[in-house]
Amino acid sequence: MIARLLSHDLPRNRWLAAALLLILVGLAAAPFLFPGSKALGVAAKMLVFILLVASYDLLLGYTGIVSFAHTMFFGIGAYGVAVASTRMGEGWAAVGLGLGAALLISLALAFVIGLFSLRVKAIFFAMITLAVAAAFQTLASQLSDITGGEDGLTFRNPEWLSPSFEFAGFDGRLVTYYLLFVVVLVLFLLLLRIVNSPFGRVLQAIRENDFRAEAIGFRTVVYRTLSNVLSAGFACIAGALLALWLRYTGPDTTLSFEVMLDILLIVVIGGMGTMYGAVIGAVLFVFAQNYLQDGLKFAAGALEGVPVLSALLTPDRWLLWLGVLFVLSVYHFPTGVVGKLRGLAKKGTA
Amino acid sequence: MKLDPRPLILLVALMLLALPLVGSPSTWLTLTVAGLAMGLIVFVIASGLTLVFGLMDVLNFGHGVFIAMGAFVATSVMAGMSAWSGSPSLWLNLGAIFTAMLAAMAVAGAIGWAFERVVVRPVYGQHLKQILITMGGMIVGEEIIKVIWGPLQIPLPLPEALRGSFEFGDAGIEKYRVLAVIIGLLVFAALLWVLNRTKVGLLVRAGVQDREMVESLGYRIRQLFVGVFVTGSALAGLGGVLWGLYQQNVTPQIGAQVNVLIFIVIIIGGLGSTLGCFVGALLVGLMANYTGFLAPKVALFSNIGLMVAILLWRPQGLYPVTNR
Repeated sequence: MIARLLSHDLPRNRWLAAALLLILVGLAAAPFLFPGSKALGVAAKMLVFILLVASYDLLLGYTGIVSFAHTMFFGIGAYGVAVASTRMGEGWAAVGLGLGAALLISLALAFVIGLFSLRVKAIFFAMITLAVAAAFQTLASQLSDITGGEDGLTFRNPEWLSPSFEFAGFDGRLVTYYLLFVVVLVLFLLLLRIVNSPFGRVLQAIRENDFRAEAIGFRTVVYRTLSNVLSAGFACIAGALLALWLRYTGPDTTLSFEVMLDILLIVVIGGMGTMYGAVIGAVLFVFAQNYLQDGLKFAAGALEGVPVLSALLTPDRWLLWLGVLFVLSVYHFPTGVVGKLRGLAKKGTA
Repeated sequence: MKLDPRPLILLVALMLLALPLVGSPSTWLTLTVAGLAMGLIVFVIASGLTLVFGLMDVLNFGHGVFIAMGAFVATSVMAGMSAWSGSPSLWLNLGAIFTAMLAAMAVAGAIGWAFERVVVRPVYGQHLKQILITMGGMIVGEEIIKVIWGPLQIPLPLPEALRGSFEFGDAGIEKYRVLAVIIGLLVFAALLWVLNRTKVGLLVRAGVQDREMVESLGYRIRQLFVGVFVTGSALAGLGGVLWGLYQQNVTPQIGAQVNVLIFIVIIIGGLGSTLGCFVGALLVGLMANYTGFLAPKVALFSNIGLMVAILLWRPQGLYPVTNR
C-alpha cells in the first residue's frame, strides 16, 4: 500500500524514512504542536516550498535542465489568484478562474520557451530563461493597473478560508493550512509517480546522456519540453497556494530573484534528482531562514565592537552566508542530504 | 576566412530603418551615437565572457561581479582624486578617469584570477555545476561589495569637462558618449589585433575552434585560458567603470542587471564569437535607444524581442562558431 502510494520509490534509508515521517507528522499536526502565528506561517511556507522545489527538481534533478524562470511560473500562479480575486471579488469562482487562467498561461509560456530554446543547448536555455524571467519581472512591475506594481495586491479569500470564518473550533487560517497540506501532499505523490514512470526514466536517460537517448529513439526535444511544461504547471499551483495563504501577492514574495536562489539552494542541499530531497531541503531551509537570522542577529550583537566580523555577520548579510553555503554544498555535497543518506545505506549493505 | 556580411548589413539596415521612424535627422544622430556608445560599452563587458565560453566551454554566470567590482573601485578612486576630477581641465579629468579605469581593471583582473582558481577550476567540464557555482560566486561577490561599500546606490558623477554635449546644428551629442565610443573602438581594435595578428591570438582562436587539436600540438590551453579569463575579467571591470559613468550611479545589483544584457548579446552574436559579440552589442545598444525614444514602454522588452527575432533567423547566433 505504502509502496504503491510512493510509486515504489521508497526512501531506502532508515534515517531518511524517519526524517520524512517526522516531517509528515510534524506538518500534519503543526497547528496543534507549534502554536503561534509565526510557527504556522513557517509551516505553510514549508509546504509551498516543498511543492515548488519538487517541481523544480523534475526539471533540474531529473531532466538536467537549468532554468531561471521557475519563479516566473510561481509568480503567474500567485498573480492569477490575486488578480482574479481583486477583480471579481472574493469567492471560489475567482480562485478557480484565476488558477485556471494562470495554468493556461504558464503551460503555454513554458511550451513556447521550451520549444524555442531546448532545441539548442542546455546552456542556452539557462541564459534565455534568465532573460525572460527578468523581462517578466519588469512587466509585472510596469503593468501596475493589473498587478499593483511594486506594492503588489492584497485581496480577500473565499469565505471558508478567511480568518474570520469559524466552524467547530476550526478557523479559516486552519482550513487554509489543511487545504495547502492536502494539495501539496497529493501533488507531491503525483510528482513522485511521474518521475518513477517510464516517462520519468526517459527524462533521467536524457540527463545522463542526451545523445544516446536520442539515438535509442526518444525525441529529446519533446521530452524536455514536456518536462518543462509539467514543472511549470506544478510551480504555478504552488504560487496559487502561496497567494491563498498570504492573501497577498507581490513581486518580492514570488518573482524576485532571491526566491529563485532559494529554490536552487534547496534543491542542491536536499539532493538533486530525488523528490525527497525537496522535502528535506525545503524544511531545513525555511526553518533556517526564519530562525537562523535571529541567530545571526545575536552573533552580530555579541561582536558589536569587532570591525570586520560584525559587518559580515549582520542579519542583512544573510545572503552572503547562503551563497557560501551554496557553493560549498555544490562542491562537497553534490548529492545533497538524501544522496548522502542513501549512499550510506548502500555502503552498509555492500 | 570569408566574412559573412549579412549581420553587418542588418546593423546598417537597422540604423537606416530608424531614420524615417524617428523623423528628424538630428534626433536620429543623437540616438545613434548614444546607441553606439551603449553598444560598445556592452561589447567591452561581454567580449571576455564570450571568449571564455568559446575557449573552455565555461559559462560564467558570475561575470557580473567583475562589472560591479570595477564600477565600485572607480567610485572610490574618483572620490579620492576629486581634485583632478573636479577641475575644469580636460586632461586632469581624463587622468582621473584613466587612473580609475586602470585601478578597476587591476582589481577586477585580480578577482578574476582568484575566481578562476577557487570557483571555476574544480568544475571544468560539468556544465550544470558550473552554472550553479558561478551563480553562487556571483551572490557572494555581490554581498561582499555590500559589506565594503554599503548596500546603497553610490553616485558616480562625470568629471567637469566631460559633462554637457557637443552641438552639431540641432543634434546634441554628449561628450562622455564620444569618449565611450572611442574607448570601445580602441578595445575592439586591440582585441582584433591580438586575436588576428599575434601568436597568442592565433592559439586562442584555434582553441575556440578545436581545443583538443591545439592541446595535442603541445600547447597548454589551461594557461592560455587563465590568461583569457583574467583579461576578460579586467575588461569587464573596465566596462563596469564605463557603464557606471554612463548611468552616473552605481548599485550593488549592477552586475546582475548587466548580466542579463550581456547574455542576450552573446547569444545573439553566437557563443564564442568576438565579431558576433561586437555586432550583437551594437544591435542591442541601438535597439534600446531607438525604442526608448519611439515607445518607452516597449523599450524594456526590446532586447528580448531582438533576441527572439535573431534566433528565429539564425538559431546558433549571428556568427556561429563551427564545431559546436
